Amino acid sequence: MTDDNELLIDLEGVRKFFRAPDHSDRVVLEDVNFQLKQGEIVALLGKSGSGKSTLLRIIAGLIDANGGKVLYRGKSISGPVHGVSMVFQSFALFPWLTVQQNVELGLEALAVPAAEREERALEAIDVIGLGGFESAYPRELSGGMRQRVGFARALVMRPDVLLMDEPFSALDVLTAETLSADLLELWQERKIPTKGILFVSHNIEEAVAMSDRVLIFSSDPGRVKAEVPVPLAHPRDKDLPAFKAIVDQVYAIMTQRPLRPAGAEALSLGYRLPSATPHKIEGMIETLIEPQFDGKADLPALADELQLPDDALFHLLEAGALLGFIRVDEGDAILLPLGRTFAEAETTERKELFAEQLMSHISLASHIRHVLDERRDHRAPEGRFIQELEDFLSDDEAERVLEQVIAWGRYAEIFDYDYTSGVLSLPEEDEEERGDGEASSGEDAAAE
Amino acid sequence: MPRTIIPAAVSFGPALRPNVWDLAVLPLVLAILWVLAFGGAQMATPYNIGDPLSITLDPEALPYYLLRSFLRMAAGLLVSLVFTLVYATLAAKSRYAEKILIPVLDVLQSIPILGFLSITVTGFIALFPGNLLGVECASIFAIFTSQAWNMTFSFYASLRTVPHDLHEVADMFHLSVWQRFWQLELPFAAPGLIWNMMMSVSGGWFFVVASEAITVNGQTITLPGIGSYIAMAISERNLPAIGWAILTMLIGIIIYDQLFFRPLVAWADKFKFESLPGEEVPTSWLLDTLQRTRLLRVFSAVPVLLWEWSLPVFRKRFDGLAATDRLNFRLPWFDRVWTLFLLGIAAYAVYRIGEYVQAEVGLDEVLHVFVLGLATAVRVIVLIAIAALIWVPIGVWIGFRPKLAQAVQPIAQFMAAFPANLMFPVAVILILHFNASVEIWTSPLMILGTQWYILFNVISGAMSMPSDFRSVADNFGLKGWLRWKRLILPGIFPSFVTGAITASGGSWNASIVSEMVSWGDTTLMATGIGSYIADNTQKGDFPRIALGVAVMCCYVMLFNRQIWRRMYRLAEERLRID
Repeated sequence: MTDDNELLIDLEGVRKFFRAPDHSDRVVLEDVNFQLKQGEIVALLGKSGSGKSTLLRIIAGLIDANGGKVLYRGKSISGPVHGVSMVFQSFALFPWLTVQQNVELGLEALAVPAAEREERALEAIDVIGLGGFESAYPRELSGGMRQRVGFARALVMRPDVLLMDEPFSALDVLTAETLSADLLELWQERKIPTKGILFVSHNIEEAVAMSDRVLIFSSDPGRVKAEVPVPLAHPRDKDLPAFKAIVDQVYAIMTQRPLRPAGAEALSLGYRLPSATPHKIEGMIETLIEPQFDGKADLPALADELQLPDDALFHLLEAGALLGFIRVDEGDAILLPLGRTFAEAETTERKELFAEQLMSHISLASHIRHVLDERRDHRAPEGRFIQELEDFLSDDEAERVLEQVIAWGRYAEIFDYDYTSGVLSLPEEDEEERGDGEASSGEDAAAE
Repeated sequence: MPRTIIPAAVSFGPALRPNVWDLAVLPLVLAILWVLAFGGAQMATPYNIGDPLSITLDPEALPYYLLRSFLRMAAGLLVSLVFTLVYATLAAKSRYAEKILIPVLDVLQSIPILGFLSITVTGFIALFPGNLLGVECASIFAIFTSQAWNMTFSFYASLRTVPHDLHEVADMFHLSVWQRFWQLELPFAAPGLIWNMMMSVSGGWFFVVASEAITVNGQTITLPGIGSYIAMAISERNLPAIGWAILTMLIGIIIYDQLFFRPLVAWADKFKFESLPGEEVPTSWLLDTLQRTRLLRVFSAVPVLLWEWSLPVFRKRFDGLAATDRLNFRLPWFDRVWTLFLLGIAAYAVYRIGEYVQAEVGLDEVLHVFVLGLATAVRVIVLIAIAALIWVPIGVWIGFRPKLAQAVQPIAQFMAAFPANLMFPVAVILILHFNASVEIWTSPLMILGTQWYILFNVISGAMSMPSDFRSVADNFGLKGWLRWKRLILPGIFPSFVTGAITASGGSWNASIVSEMVSWGDTTLMATGIGSYIADNTQKGDFPRIALGVAVMCCYVMLFNRQIWRRMYRLAEERLRID
């Protein structure tokens, strides 16, 4: 540590866990070390659930770390600090306040006199390009304009450090690019007093385009896996080979380890299954055998072709890899022989293949099927499985994972689910060999 | 909220000189102020129990009586509002307070309102000896109990559902508790709170009428007001007077709606968190006029000044670098101790009540009262079912015709507000005339006032059904019962449940006045827990009133838990259209 004043934010060995209902701890962040220096923009990238938003909130003082040091200019943080401001993914504007009132919110809290408040707010609104909209209500504004209000609200506080939680992800591509370019311009021309920016992103290209360094998080528990410097001058041309090389490098790092192809060992019950519908998986595999890729695709190109944001693509790739249809290597998605068979098969065969893979590689799926097989009435409430999952995952995550496995199980026709009662059961053909499985749909016809 | 009422206008420039609109509004404002002051002064007149309070049946006295009833309603609403803000905020902010406040509220809302009146009136009279203010307070308290609970629940629920990211913004931008309440929590809760205030007032007229003629120890005290006028008219068998009272009430409800709620609802529209496209924006001629006046701008400078003054006073003086920022007193064992403590108190209370009931009335009577409760329960269920059979088809028919619905909807809402007890004498006359069964024919009185909740909720449910759904049904030729089963019933179910919950709760309350009705010296009494409470109230038998009230409370809670809450959850989870 050369000079304390140089360091805006300094994290040492930060650890965060949430307490599960059974009093076991689920570790979200483990031994995170990070420094934000004066004059830099740093991007945080990682799969959803890697704790990057949690880390941002710890720095913001919105939640406490359970261990390690969190320092702002050498002083320990135990709550939101005056020199740090934040921009939210959802904009989080107060809908009953006008643009100006929203921007003045933080100044009112500091009891800045009305006249000075107004002057500062109008200036911030002007700088961010919303002049003329002071008296508008947020509901009158488009998404991009709302986020501009979010920026003005943060910048009017004249923060040292600006934190941004996926600030552009709720906007369409064009709006996001304009807004981030505007912000970069303000930053470079020193029109804002901010000395350091830290932002969470789920878009690799956006992260590389804006930041001086990209930090990549691994999940379970979240920790800094790699750091990629971006030594390019602004404004950056996204078609430049040097830029593309860095994007490729980040893709490669992000898909490095967790995407192992399905091996002999099944996944643990509490594995965070990726969010990917069976039909999206089908779509990806069909895209991969298209002539332009011929079984092997560069990830940025694949993301482009499928028109998916990066995090959705990672989920999809992971699902494909878990089921043994593809493999991800050095930033490329490669179709495995099984995937090719799948792509060329008809619907029924596809489902059989999917079911086979599901049963042999996803232990949660096979576990559910076994439970249903063993029960005399072949039915089990979902609560039972959620409870089992909660040993490993948070409540929300447990529900999401079960929902995911149900979607796959239904597609593969290895089990059925009734939303109203929340009961899982065997599909009707399996249950009674053949027979009056059509009883329920027959009722409608009879009523006619 | 002061910050949000109007744009800042602190400087008194030429913009604040009166304009044409002020000329129109100023007399109105002065008149309202004078009337309020006059009526208020009348409330605190000397009085001793036993003094005769004369109520005249002269129709010319009715405006004055209406004013007195008005003031009671307004006072009840004000007290309810203050209670709501304090109680719900405490419950939402403190985990320890929440554990006791919410169950207590759940019980309170199940207690029949007129039961409160019988129990509390003596205490209030003792509070202001020799003055009518005590009786006045008892009546206001009864109105308060009819209004406060749903408002409190709504506010509490809103406080608990303030979006997480807005809370984070409040933290991040160092909002003080004070600023957070006025700029985040109250505005967020405002639409729900105002809607519930309207429902409360609508239900409250019934209790204004019922609570003005109070029986204490066999003595009837009649407070000047519409309710007492009716009571007098009933005992003197004066049918024209009842007609005049009904007319006055109609006018009163319209005034309340036009001068108070419409402006309020129109103004509160901006607090809606998200508005659906195509949703109609509420308007009010009074609000529009007011907003054009300069008078309002002058007056609105006051809250703005107060707000500016309060900001530095309540400001949060430290940030996250201070060691004082996050003080955590949370002791893990204290939770358990607190729960045990509360359970202990509850157990002791149950023991003491049991002892008291055993000593005063005996177990046999308790069982008897539960049987009476069953009789009333059967009435409530049958009546709700009948009302549903009648109003659901009519409501759907109306709701699918937008023009007609626009016209009918205010009428249905008005009917719900109209105190049905004004109509009871007519029923008594009819029953006597046709020599009909008292047990059966007094029953419809229970639902006379509350059935409208079913109607207007069904109408709004049918109106809000997406038109694509109906197009699809038409396209596939869905007709007859199948159309009802697949499209209409699931579509309106959530609104129907909302209406039926209100109707059911209202019917239980109404049973106290509807199972025992009189006309002159003829009194008709049906078997049920309502007539049991009413009868013992007249006799001044305190333990039996308490028993009746407690048993009815049990039934209402059972109904809420076993039937309504389940149906509500079903509606929420499965039949929501989004």
